[in-house]
Amino acid sequence: MASSSSSGKVEDLRLVSLVKDYSGVRAVDDISLTIPAGSFFALLGPSGCGKTTTLRIVAGLEDPTSGRVFIGEQDVTIKPPYQRPVNTVFQNYALFPHLTIYDNVAFGLKRRGEKDIETKVSDMLDLVELSDLARRKPAQLSGGQQQRVAVARALINQPDVLLLDEPLGALDLKLRRQMQIELKRIQVDVGTTFVHVTHDQEEAMTMADTVAVMNAGRIEQMGAPEEIYELPKTAFVANFLGQANLMEAEVVDRDGAQLVVQAYGNKWSVPTVRAVQNEGQIIVGIRPEKLRIALGASSDTEGTNSIVGTVTDASFVGVSTQYLVRTPWGQELIAFEQNLAGGDRIRVGDEVSLTWEKSHSFGLAGHENVDAGVMDLSGAIAEAVTESS
Amino acid sequence: MALTLTPGVPMAPGGEAPPERVKRKGKTAYFLLIPGMAWLVFFFVIPLGSLFLTSLERPLGSGPSAGYTSALRWQNYTEAISKYDTEFLRSFWYAGLATIVCLIISFPLAYFIAFRAGRWRNLLLVLIVAPFFCSFLIRTYAWKTILADDGFITTFANSLNLLPDDRILATPLAVVFGLVYNFLPFMVLPLYASLERIDPRLIEAAADLYARPWIGLQRVTIPLAMPGIVAGTLLTFIPATGDFINSQLLGSPRTRMIGNVIQTQFARDALPTAAALSFSLMAVILVVVFTYIRRAGTEELL
Repeated sequence: MASSSSSGKVEDLRLVSLVKDYSGVRAVDDISLTIPAGSFFALLGPSGCGKTTTLRIVAGLEDPTSGRVFIGEQDVTIKPPYQRPVNTVFQNYALFPHLTIYDNVAFGLKRRGEKDIETKVSDMLDLVELSDLARRKPAQLSGGQQQRVAVARALINQPDVLLLDEPLGALDLKLRRQMQIELKRIQVDVGTTFVHVTHDQEEAMTMADTVAVMNAGRIEQMGAPEEIYELPKTAFVANFLGQANLMEAEVVDRDGAQLVVQAYGNKWSVPTVRAVQNEGQIIVGIRPEKLRIALGASSDTEGTNSIVGTVTDASFVGVSTQYLVRTPWGQELIAFEQNLAGGDRIRVGDEVSLTWEKSHSFGLAGHENVDAGVMDLSGAIAEAVTESS
Repeated sequence: MALTLTPGVPMAPGGEAPPERVKRKGKTAYFLLIPGMAWLVFFFVIPLGSLFLTSLERPLGSGPSAGYTSALRWQNYTEAISKYDTEFLRSFWYAGLATIVCLIISFPLAYFIAFRAGRWRNLLLVLIVAPFFCSFLIRTYAWKTILADDGFITTFANSLNLLPDDRILATPLAVVFGLVYNFLPFMVLPLYASLERIDPRLIEAAADLYARPWIGLQRVTIPLAMPGIVAGTLLTFIPATGDFINSQLLGSPRTRMIGNVIQTQFARDALPTAAALSFSLMAVILVVVFTYIRRAGTEELL
């Protein structure tokens, strides 16, 4: 294992009350978390949420304003990057353009004066299937090949923690899906802790054991992908991680383990354990794929909630159809219907009912903005432009 | 565990190296060359040829006043070089020294402007170029006053017993100083241009891969800045070797450079000697430059 970890085993990464201010702007706001050794951890959030800054603090490329970074029992907060048992796969890879692929991969080993560099590098290049290209320069490689060089260059040093900063961002969709699977496989094989920063929720959920959703410098929610997807605790998480229908409602009664809520003349039930708040104004949420859409009035049964509405848009995407349904109070809800029947049964303008299992509802705090974390395309483009300049 | 890409899946179009620009055919490009070529022929090739013929002329009598006639007198070269070899060597010594000092001053300066100056960057670049708004002759005269024997710099240095000759003006120090001062922007600007193009993430990547700052500088920053270093040293060394103003204004007869000799020979109408010296200087510089570029490994500059 890395010569820097004297115990010879992979160590936990621990962040304690991490804060980073940039001339008055708080980029990272009091983050504390423990990333267990050997796990694949994703920091997920929109651009500007502080996820890259957090990663750079762990790498030692940024100093935190306050707080500490521990690897195992070792406090590395004030250690320079070249003394940390941590390596980074940079966004756009940052391969040394004047060095060959071989020399790029050997760079870290040479700096630490390791032995058998030649064997180690050729083993690593075999592993990522780039042995034939060892004498080439990075500019002569394709994007996917460069990406593998970047992973090889970092991983060959056997760090305690491998940091990946949007490593797949520059690849096209198809290649990105392949690389997600490959990276996950490498992580399982080498057992190194991977900390992966991404704004792509699908990427985070596919690869990570644990996902932390970040917003405005804070971690909104952390947990296994399926856990936070099924039970988001804030409107931001509900909207950023997939899509959600969020409706304002008021708790009017309690029926055993269910909260009875009233919204726009409808009565629904939300399991008490799935609500962050048990009284007053709350937000009722339901994922689009949990909604069943049917023509005509609802056939409300014991275990379900329902809404009636008018279809305003139906887009067929192959595996499913996405419907927009306008409720009597003017809100547009999203429903996915799996393409089981084949062909389009429901059309724009049809009156439909939406029903869902009571147990699938979740309840959020009533004061939240139901649009928090919704992808605003024009905003996202503007941010991407400023970020790249 | 091996990373595999499914065969037959084409690489990302965005990830591929950009295709070479399609070369446009047509004669327009050659027309655009005409003014420049004409300029070169009239003001470079023809004068160069005439200078070369002059360098082989034979004297009609004793002394330059008697005049010269065309000939193929190659001894002009051997005579001129053997007579002025000291000035030749001194020119290369002073110019080399000035170039090294320029590089030592300019690299940190250009590095700072490129990576650390932030919003002051443009202002600093303007300050580097600002001296060009005033003739270098006038600026060199100004240094003559500043470095004068009763000037405060000399007085101060003498009070600390720093000067072996008790003076700055008319010493090699003043001449090399003048060369450094006058040619500094020609070093800073190309260095800045090549440093500014370096992605700061490459320097971070070096640190991330266990390179201490000094090693990162040696292994990453300096190799990537090499085109700028080569361009800057050439832009400084070549004109500094042929310079005569600094030696004339800040030096003494003991600091005469080859430029001063050529200028004096032309002034006293010893045209073949001056021409032969000019051609010899050009030849030596060409050899030095070619050797240097080959060794620096940046042939693409040529």
